[in-house]
Amino acid sequence: MFMEREQNLVPEKLAGEGEEAASANEAGLTVTMKTMELVVAGLLMLVAAIVMYDSVRVGAGWAFDGPQAGYFPFFIGLILFGASAATFAINLFSRTADLSSFVTKPALLLVAKVLAPTAVYLIVMYYVGIYIASALYICFFMMWLGKYSIRKAAPVGIAIPLILFWLFEIAFLIPLPKGPLEAALGF
Amino acid sequence: MDAFVSLIHGFGVLADPMNIVYMCVGVVLGVLIGVLPGLGGANGVAILLPLTFSMSPTAAIIMLSSIYWGALFGGAITSVLFNIPGEPWSVATTFDGHPMAQQGKADEALTAAFTSSFIGALLAVVVITFLAPVVAGFALRFGPAEFFAVQLLTFCSFVGMGRESPFKVLAAMTLGFALAAVGLDSVTGQLRMTFGTVELMRGFDFLIAVIGLFGIGEILLTMEEGLSFRGKSTTITLRSVMNTWIRLPRFWITYLRSAAVGCWLGITPGGATPASFMSYGLARRFSKNPGDFGKGEIEGVVAPETAAHAAGTSALLPMLTLGIPGSPTAAVMLGGLLIWGLQPGPMLFIEQKDFVWGLIASMYLSNVVGFLIVLTTVPLWASILRIPFSIIAPVIIVLCCIGAYTVHNAFLDVVIMLFFGIIGYAFKKLHYPLAPLVLALVLGDMAESSFRQSMLISQGDMSIFWSNWLVGSICGLAMIMLFWPLITLLLDKMRGGGGRLSPGGA
Amino acid sequence: MKLAKSLAVAALTTALTSLAAVAPSWAEWKPSKTVEFIIPAGTGGGADQMARMIQGVIQKHQLMDQSMVVINKSGGAGAEGFMDVKESDGNEHKIIITLSNLFTTPLATGVPFSWEDLTPVSMLALDNFILWVNSESPYQTATDYIEAVKSGADSQFKMAGTGSKQEDQIVTVAIEQVAGKKLTYVPFKGGGDVAKQLVGGHIDSTVNNPIEAVSFWQAGNVRPLCVFAASRIEAQGTAKWQDIPTCKEAGVEIEYQMLRGIFMSPGVSQEVVDYYVDLFQKVRETQEWKDFMAKGAFTQTFLSGDDYKKWVADAAVVHKDLMTKAGFLAAN
Repeated sequence: MFMEREQNLVPEKLAGEGEEAASANEAGLTVTMKTMELVVAGLLMLVAAIVMYDSVRVGAGWAFDGPQAGYFPFFIGLILFGASAATFAINLFSRTADLSSFVTKPALLLVAKVLAPTAVYLIVMYYVGIYIASALYICFFMMWLGKYSIRKAAPVGIAIPLILFWLFEIAFLIPLPKGPLEAALGF
Repeated sequence: MDAFVSLIHGFGVLADPMNIVYMCVGVVLGVLIGVLPGLGGANGVAILLPLTFSMSPTAAIIMLSSIYWGALFGGAITSVLFNIPGEPWSVATTFDGHPMAQQGKADEALTAAFTSSFIGALLAVVVITFLAPVVAGFALRFGPAEFFAVQLLTFCSFVGMGRESPFKVLAAMTLGFALAAVGLDSVTGQLRMTFGTVELMRGFDFLIAVIGLFGIGEILLTMEEGLSFRGKSTTITLRSVMNTWIRLPRFWITYLRSAAVGCWLGITPGGATPASFMSYGLARRFSKNPGDFGKGEIEGVVAPETAAHAAGTSALLPMLTLGIPGSPTAAVMLGGLLIWGLQPGPMLFIEQKDFVWGLIASMYLSNVVGFLIVLTTVPLWASILRIPFSIIAPVIIVLCCIGAYTVHNAFLDVVIMLFFGIIGYAFKKLHYPLAPLVLALVLGDMAESSFRQSMLISQGDMSIFWSNWLVGSICGLAMIMLFWPLITLLLDKMRGGGGRLSPGGA
Repeated sequence: MKLAKSLAVAALTTALTSLAAVAPSWAEWKPSKTVEFIIPAGTGGGADQMARMIQGVIQKHQLMDQSMVVINKSGGAGAEGFMDVKESDGNEHKIIITLSNLFTTPLATGVPFSWEDLTPVSMLALDNFILWVNSESPYQTATDYIEAVKSGADSQFKMAGTGSKQEDQIVTVAIEQVAGKKLTYVPFKGGGDVAKQLVGGHIDSTVNNPIEAVSFWQAGNVRPLCVFAASRIEAQGTAKWQDIPTCKEAGVEIEYQMLRGIFMSPGVSQEVVDYYVDLFQKVRETQEWKDFMAKGAFTQTFLSGDDYKKWVADAAVVHKDLMTKAGFLAAN
């Protein structure tokens, strides 16, 4: 069903979609652009602080024969901090701050629908290896989001890990994460 | 001409039909390796190296270098189709290649990419054939100071893009530099920002960041807009290839400039990835409509692909003449040469004529073969876009995970990749530019170590950066590139015309 | 001889175990799945080349029923690779090739591992270091060069090498101690880069491994002054290695060689170790290996068992001493 949704073929959305998007998406407001701007700028400032802190630890001075290990990272941290602080301030004080929604609720739900299974996929991969996890993940994705029947999803979900297994483990001799099943089969 | 006679002799070496078979097998394998993200050319060649021990050195190097050409061609495919660079040097190809695919012009983008790769390689092989001794000497002139100048030039010709807030450009760029600094400092051997964890010691690999930022980020954005790739299913015919070809000759200056940049960085050796970025930056700088770059401008595909393939090809020259690999893949092949009992370096051209000229002849032939193979598969690749999103998306994510894992054989890298995907999604929505971040990540490490090596050599004296004509003129060029928007503005003013200024000379 | 002994021991234990008929799978241990061969360094380097050569030889001559995969784990100057092997306790299908970073990395970075955390298998060869200068420089012998360093100012002479606080810098520090003057050490990523910097005249000297500089030597671009080994290099090849004096002969009292050896995970049984010792012995008998040794002017020594352990223990002490004197130990 999702598949039939009409698509916006214009790729132009890198910039200047602000107001337009706002009016279109008033329905399911989550957080505003302003809040997200503040959060991201704040996080970057935190990263910058960590970078500067660690750079001072390893030595951020200029020795007689050139900069020490922390010299460049320190100034990079400083610039990052300054630039993010500027973004933070602009969004905090500006009256024209973008109050439109960062992402609408339905859209957020869609994004979460990819992110959550992918996160679970990684956890499963850690325990049972990449092949089994991939089979489960592909089947789940096809059935849940694509509304395919298990008869259509299972062959794809099984075939692709098998092809990958042949390609990586047998043809190219590249070991990928494996779990108990592969071990039982002697790999 | 001496080189001509030798070259014809080289083609004689190729006449063995088995060599042609190895060549075709190599190209196909290479394309496959190039398509799979993370499984780079260096990896591919390293993995297949032991298989070649039972072959003659000539056959072996023909097969391995064919893998390399195939990987160079193949890297562009996933960049265009899914915004996932199969190889580091294809990152710049995504900037315009993927928007083209979104506009339903995947076939055009792929044709342009393959053709440009081919032309770049061809020009580079011609340089190798006729100028090998001269350029080899040129490469020796490059010490740390010269390398830093080149990295500066790459950076200066690239930055200053777009309509994003200059603060955000700066933040993205410095974040890239900061991430590049994580891990073991190559000059003092100190650990930076690892906070006692072994996992962070390997640092943030460029490829893992790129697969996450571009690949996963793109899938999340696509998801948000409903479940489908925005690629229009197009019917690809010979005509669309012909139509693209008709448009390409008008970019002849871009071809020449990009090939020159590629050869230069391949030989010195700076690498194919900086070459592709520099060439993309220069193409935009000198374009009549720089604003169209990043929106699906065909020239934005032509420039990086030509440069990347020219650099990749010419990277073999310092390997053969000096024993210095111009790229990671060349480094692995260098190991191969030693194992087959050949000693790369200045004596190779004198002692192993058959081998060297057989290899050079094979560069001509296998690039033609590779070009034909990838061109005939354009419809196949473009048709992947017609597979429903809910089938292809999980497969792409699986491939991204494999790609991230194989870079360092580390599970944590897969988690980091997903994390980069979320960053990529948030940054895109908030209009933080990703390109400067990625460029800083790839150049940061190199630029810092060459700067500090120069400082060690000059004992902290900055004048090393203008101490001779070579380093001085590259640095000068870098400054011109950095202030290019201002310079064009001034020139326009002087002519009395209304100037267009692209903001943010960060 | 040592080998014969250990083989005899192996044969004896085999006989005993089969007599007792405890676990038939023990009788003659063999890998039951793919063997992972870890390289604690990047692709294209010396250790990588050797490991891939070994992989190729094993495959070509079918010395092992299972396949062998080579994995690079170069993070943190190799710490990642060593930690991986250390943590895979009892894994019988994981071996690692070492270079000097087995000793230097834990000292320089403070990463908690030492050679004692691993099971020593065997030494493959020793890699040599040679003092090289540009052939246009006036120094004909090691003494000439050291005298020039002595009479020059501190940090006037520039030495390029691979990596920081690793083997090349250790040799540099040893030279500093002999000359009583500081050298400026400039670290580069790979041995090829280092050699190129010397040919290009950007620096004064290097301590490249033979294979990294041999081609430039034959082309007349660089000049070897002395080799940091106890005796001259015996390797046969087109290059005249025997003509290079040892540094001791030249009056420079420095000896340094780099271990190329095999270790494996801790907690594996002696049968398993014996299997790998035997495997590498077979590798050493192949023509490919002999050619490789000659090309790279390696010193061929094969040690295993207690001799190998003793050699490694001594080397660890030497490294600790050199690193301490040079002030390369991690701060914490």
